[in-house]
Amino acid sequence: MKNSISTSFSRRSFLKTSVLAGGGMLIGFNLFQACKPEVVPPVDVSQLNFNDFNAFIKIADNGMVTIFSPNPEIGQGVKTSMPMLIAEELDVSWDNVHVVQGELDTKNFVRQVAGGSQSIRQGWEPLRQTGATARQMLINAAAAKWGVGASECSTKEGVITNAKGDTLGYGEVVKEAAVLEIPENIVLKDPKDFKIIGKDIPNIDIDKIITGKPLYGMDYKEEGMVVASVLRPPSFGEKLVDCNAIDIKGIEGVIDVIKFGDKVAVLAKDTWTAMKAKKALKATWTSDTKLESTEEHDKILKNLLDGKEFTTLRADGDVKKAFAEADQVIERIYESPFLPHNCMEPMNFFADVTKNKVRLVGPVQTPEGTARRVAELLERDIKDVSVEMTRMGGGFGRRLYGDFALEAAEISKIAQKPVKVVYSREDDMSAGIYRPAIKYKISASVKDGNVTGYHLKEASINSNMYGLIPNFFPAGAIENYQVDVAKYTSNITTGAWRAPYTNFLSFAEQSFFDELAELLEVDRIQLRLDLLQKVKGTTDERIQYSPERLEEVIKVAVDKSGWGKTKEGVYQGFSVYYCHNTHVAEVADVVLENDIPVVKKITCVVDCGIVVNPLGAKNQIEGGIIDGVGHAMYGDFSFKEGEPQDKNFNTYRLIRLNETPVVETHFIDSNLAPTGLGEPTLPPAGAAVANAIKAAKGIRLYKQPFIKNMNYKAPLG
Amino acid sequence: MPVYNLKINGTSYNIKAEQDTPLLWVLRDYLDMVGTKYGCGIGQCGACTVHVDGSATRSCLLQVSMVEDMEITTIEGLSKNTLHPVQEAWKEIDVPQCGYCQTGQIMSATAFLSQNKNPNKTEIRDAMSGNICRCASYNRIEKAVELAASKLS
Repeated sequence: MKNSISTSFSRRSFLKTSVLAGGGMLIGFNLFQACKPEVVPPVDVSQLNFNDFNAFIKIADNGMVTIFSPNPEIGQGVKTSMPMLIAEELDVSWDNVHVVQGELDTKNFVRQVAGGSQSIRQGWEPLRQTGATARQMLINAAAAKWGVGASECSTKEGVITNAKGDTLGYGEVVKEAAVLEIPENIVLKDPKDFKIIGKDIPNIDIDKIITGKPLYGMDYKEEGMVVASVLRPPSFGEKLVDCNAIDIKGIEGVIDVIKFGDKVAVLAKDTWTAMKAKKALKATWTSDTKLESTEEHDKILKNLLDGKEFTTLRADGDVKKAFAEADQVIERIYESPFLPHNCMEPMNFFADVTKNKVRLVGPVQTPEGTARRVAELLERDIKDVSVEMTRMGGGFGRRLYGDFALEAAEISKIAQKPVKVVYSREDDMSAGIYRPAIKYKISASVKDGNVTGYHLKEASINSNMYGLIPNFFPAGAIENYQVDVAKYTSNITTGAWRAPYTNFLSFAEQSFFDELAELLEVDRIQLRLDLLQKVKGTTDERIQYSPERLEEVIKVAVDKSGWGKTKEGVYQGFSVYYCHNTHVAEVADVVLENDIPVVKKITCVVDCGIVVNPLGAKNQIEGGIIDGVGHAMYGDFSFKEGEPQDKNFNTYRLIRLNETPVVETHFIDSNLAPTGLGEPTLPPAGAAVANAIKAAKGIRLYKQPFIKNMNYKAPLG
Repeated sequence: MPVYNLKINGTSYNIKAEQDTPLLWVLRDYLDMVGTKYGCGIGQCGACTVHVDGSATRSCLLQVSMVEDMEITTIEGLSKNTLHPVQEAWKEIDVPQCGYCQTGQIMSATAFLSQNKNPNKTEIRDAMSGNICRCASYNRIEKAVELAASKLS
């Protein structure tokens, strides 16, 4: 694991500078890679070319700093926290920093993806290095002006001071600084000297958000644009035969009705007209593949778990032997449904396809991949395609898939008009790329009171856990350990959903360990701590987590939650998990109201390294946990004959404020590089709640959502 | 197409629209007031909340023909030039994550606090339960309503 904080950053020319025509200095840089030597930043800010650089810093001659932030904002706060890293090392007052979302083009950008909680982790070094290098150039320019050595100069909040006490503002030396040679091997600040990192910095866009300014793709509008509402096959596996396009074309306000693939787009002057006309569209459908139902999936996945068609992802020791020699073997099955993402802003995208270029605007987590797919679809040169990202009304994984942008591009090409595709909530929920339904079978062998073997089997729809997960806890802690996966290929589209796989796997494993402790009649916390002891000092480089860091979050959680010391009527459940480079422990407090379990509080202890922006970090943590509690309690989604059974919030239940626990967050003090927070607090929440419900009601939960499965009994092994 | 006279944020507008057009889409598409958000279209999520004669109402369910001569207030008209105390509270607590639902949350909170000056926690939690926040910024919404109540009293 990378724990270094002051690695030197010596790649030559990772940034370039120029003097701006209007005054000031422009620094262009590429995150996470060196620039090509011939590239120079423009002298006119309106000509920013995100092909050459994917991020820019402008220092105006009045000292104001503008950061053109490269990463898309889906609500995880990187539009605030990433510029904080630059401003820290540049040594400017945060009040003088202005952040603009950079328009993105399709070449050379390495990580313009919001997903996997990686933005801050990957930006930590290069962003600080960029700020520090710019600061050194400004110092060098001032030193030359004064005729003194650069080492005699210091900076504070955008002002350079020399030994005699003379001062120059950054703005006064930008012209000279911009033409200096770019220094290398800049030493970064010691974390104890941080002035911005570690401070509560409010969301950059707060004023626009709370006053309702246009920010989101849904709000995007331009002259001549028409709105498209798209009719898609109602069931997965169906194909379009025909529709009454001609009747719809006659409706006032409808501009065109376009069939493309197995879909029909109704183009209208406004959203309501388009949505209403689409509803009036009558289509006939056919199918040449099976229309699948949840009932079948349940059988298929159970058969997979009982079968032999597995791929082994990790095998330590000899699980079979351990099980054969065991005093006792415990086996449990855990089941989860499909889940839709349900971003509050339904999917939408703008496209204007013309002879000269393809312009795409909207909320997407993967601009690069989306541009490439649009270029392929339209058989255009990638250079003709531009993607401008708007703020996103939630992502949760759904906006990694640019399917909506492809639809917009295809429709715009056929209609020869600028088009904004807008999904209704029903479209959004029923044309999803869902979290797949997954079942786990976990077996453990016990010999002389010790856990000697652990066998995790996954049966999933369409795809299996990614390669790092088998190296999470309890890998390394149990001598005989094996992870096997199997999948069934369905025509229902599935994909990443906040904390893919671990969002349910954590529930399964942390419920299993809880039950294991009960069966072994040992303390449930101690069981986990004892297992972690065995991982300490491991030489196995595949192991992803740190046993020391997991141990620390466990101990602090025991202390902060008042574990075992709650007043009567409060039942606690424990869970600890590592994923997305972050170590988290959670304790759920549950009470019974009219015999129904109510989650009152979650105490959460997080080790995410240095906390860049505590205010934003806590927001992510609270949201992740409540999201985890909500989906574990209520999230249910099924199919009948290929058709989603829920299409809107009248039947699909999301957690609401009056069902929300209070989240109490504690951070582990750390000098280690920061890790992401968009995902890792979600996975442990379900198990903490389930374990607390077990304590409260004596019911062990094996299946989500809990609300529907309170009396569910798993087969005992 | 019929013409409707709407009073929105103190200004009178003549809107030519089909009678069943929801107020939501009149605001967003006809008047470019995009602070009122579309979330579900069936009155379940609260993203489209506006005030009609002072009461929090789901604009996705209100047909344009039903709201003539009523006083409609949207997030754009909540407070002229300065922030409303509820918005100030939202800012102080730094409530939003993705932010999409927040204007609807703020409109629900302002209407609620105008009718209940001194709410307790349970009343706040119940009053705000008509608005979904998919990012689950609920802890902060609750705190911001409490803070706003103290600012307003």
